[in-house]
Amino acid sequence: MRNYLRALGAVIWKDLAAEMRSRELLSAMLVFALLVLFIFNFALELNVKDRLSVTSGVLWVTFVFAGTIGLNRSLAIEKDRGCLDGLLLAPVDRTAIYFGKAVANFLFIMVVAAIVLPVYSILYNTNLFAQPGLLLVIVLGAEGYVAVGTLLAAMAVQTRTRDMLLPILLFPVVLPVLVAAVKASSGYLQGLPMAEIQPWINLLLVYDVVFTAISFMVFEYVVEE
Amino acid sequence: MTDAPLIEVDHLIKRFGPKVVLRNLDFQARGGEFVALMGPNGAGKTTFLRILSSLSGPTMGRVRIAGHELPRQAAAVRRRLGVVSHMPLLYGDLTAEENLRFYGRMYDIARIDEQISTILDLVGLAGRRRDLVRTFSRGMQQRLAIGRAVLHDPDVLLLDEPHTGLDQDACEMLDAVLRQVAARGRTVVMTSHDLSRVEDLATRFDVLTRGSIRASIGKADMPRDGLLAFYRQSLEKARAESQKGGQ
Amino acid sequence: MKNGISSWPKALIAVDVLALLGLAFASYMVFVYAPIEAVMGPVQKVFYFHVATGWVGMLGFGAAVVAGIAYLITRKTIWDLVGLGAIEIGLVFMLINIATGSIWARPIWNTWWTWDPRLTTATIMELVYAAYLMLRGGVEDPEKRARFGAIYAIIGFISVPLTFFSIRIYRTIHPLVIGGNDPTADGSFAMTPAMSTTFMVSLIVFTVVYISLLWHRIRLGQLGERVERLRIQHSA
Repeated sequence: MRNYLRALGAVIWKDLAAEMRSRELLSAMLVFALLVLFIFNFALELNVKDRLSVTSGVLWVTFVFAGTIGLNRSLAIEKDRGCLDGLLLAPVDRTAIYFGKAVANFLFIMVVAAIVLPVYSILYNTNLFAQPGLLLVIVLGAEGYVAVGTLLAAMAVQTRTRDMLLPILLFPVVLPVLVAAVKASSGYLQGLPMAEIQPWINLLLVYDVVFTAISFMVFEYVVEE
Repeated sequence: MTDAPLIEVDHLIKRFGPKVVLRNLDFQARGGEFVALMGPNGAGKTTFLRILSSLSGPTMGRVRIAGHELPRQAAAVRRRLGVVSHMPLLYGDLTAEENLRFYGRMYDIARIDEQISTILDLVGLAGRRRDLVRTFSRGMQQRLAIGRAVLHDPDVLLLDEPHTGLDQDACEMLDAVLRQVAARGRTVVMTSHDLSRVEDLATRFDVLTRGSIRASIGKADMPRDGLLAFYRQSLEKARAESQKGGQ
Repeated sequence: MKNGISSWPKALIAVDVLALLGLAFASYMVFVYAPIEAVMGPVQKVFYFHVATGWVGMLGFGAAVVAGIAYLITRKTIWDLVGLGAIEIGLVFMLINIATGSIWARPIWNTWWTWDPRLTTATIMELVYAAYLMLRGGVEDPEKRARFGAIYAIIGFISVPLTFFSIRIYRTIHPLVIGGNDPTADGSFAMTPAMSTTFMVSLIVFTVVYISLLWHRIRLGQLGERVERLRIQHSA
């Protein structure tokens, strides 16, 4: 167990240290996220009246698209210089590698959220942080997204079509997360009673547990030969 | 040198779908041997090394390293293996020291700081320890890759075409590092195209072609006309044999 | 050509004949034997093959999960062929299911398409399994292709009920003919005995059709493997 945590920590530390240095992944995700926000602003005419109902949709599409860029990059780094082989050569459990990558990806999405939310709040003169429920939904949604995303990205980088393939593999599978996260977020933003939000939170919890467990079980089959 | 072989491979078969890459490959290496694995492109050298390094599973046959069966006891084997491939297996956005520190944690190495300094001295990169690997030349990356591979003091070192893409000077520096690494009683298996490079380094020369080892010769038994002639004869013989067998 | 794989097994011929006769018989039952539903009229007859094709689609996707797990455990290529065949058949039948549903929905719901949980889930499933085929297309090594296919078939199938529930939490207008009758659902009806007999016959017949198609597909895959093996032997 101590060994497992040490390997897990090493992978997370390595990803964060490399990212602190290059800031490639985060800056790409962030710029992309802001661009998506701006595009939505003009595509949807985000005026005061309509904004309330579409805010959560806009936020989640932003996270999901930016997340795909991050996932692709995070696993491409491992593949390109053969580092994935380097990880697999180490005498550590494969799932420690999976969880290490997943935690790092999760943190990257959290950083993006931590910047997108205040920017959105300023742009539209609202305070998204006033709803702690929204933050909970973002954590739950990002967990489910990253759990499957890390697994599928590890698969996608090993194919001929690579980056192109990840969204095609990921989006249809991650749809329940998106639907539930959008509905729960918009429930909190519109101040709906908890009884209406609860089913969505439950769905997110079920998805997170089921898909984290499945990814944990099959990751070894993705990286072995 | 001990008598029991450190690496033992019996009747190894590896298939990719309908394509047979390794057919009934037998191989042995004893402690302290430096085996050069030669063969034309597509002979299965890389596949063989990937199986030895536990990255790829055998379709059939037995592979034992230091008494542990692959792929069943892969974790035990991995601890005693160092691998250098033609890719550096290093992170460009980490410094030389950070790369070693990361792998040190993955291998649970005690007294990591001392070991990192020793290794960086060994591969002649002590002066560049705080530089990003991204800024290294190909030769420097390859030397650091060897440092990474011997960081946990493995008994067995596997190298897949380590000279690829290096110029003359870089090759010589790499060879100097390899000699030092091999001098510590390690068993080394190295594939290479470049016969002149391996002629000085290795103590044994195996020819891998058409999916199995067709010839083997020790340095002491080398005929006067040299390694190249031996290599050509072995390939010729293998071709003739397989043509006979095919009919 | 008397060896196992190239001769056409007698049992398979029997299944083929059974499937063909069954289709003819089921068509007869649907068009002649089953009564015309009082409210919806003849268009209700779509229902028999609509549900049967949906059943075969689910059967295919479900079989692919079993085959996927079996492949990951045994590493026998036959399981990869079963999984691929089951998904290909599932894709086609699910498409027929969606198309027949649309034909029925046009007069009954007054629209070709609605964002109902079943419709949406069926369509998302088509996308999941289209992604499955694209994934396979991107992998050269047959062993890795089989492994990735198996994993994605499992992941994809597990997401299906969650997708369904996520859309289900919206109110549905899809009729639930079997098990529980929601009177508010538009286009629901009570089955007469003749209708339910026809329905059961359709289900059984399409299951036989499915078995026959899957069997052929697996044989095709095995023959393809053999051709590839011979090709490599000759070129070597």
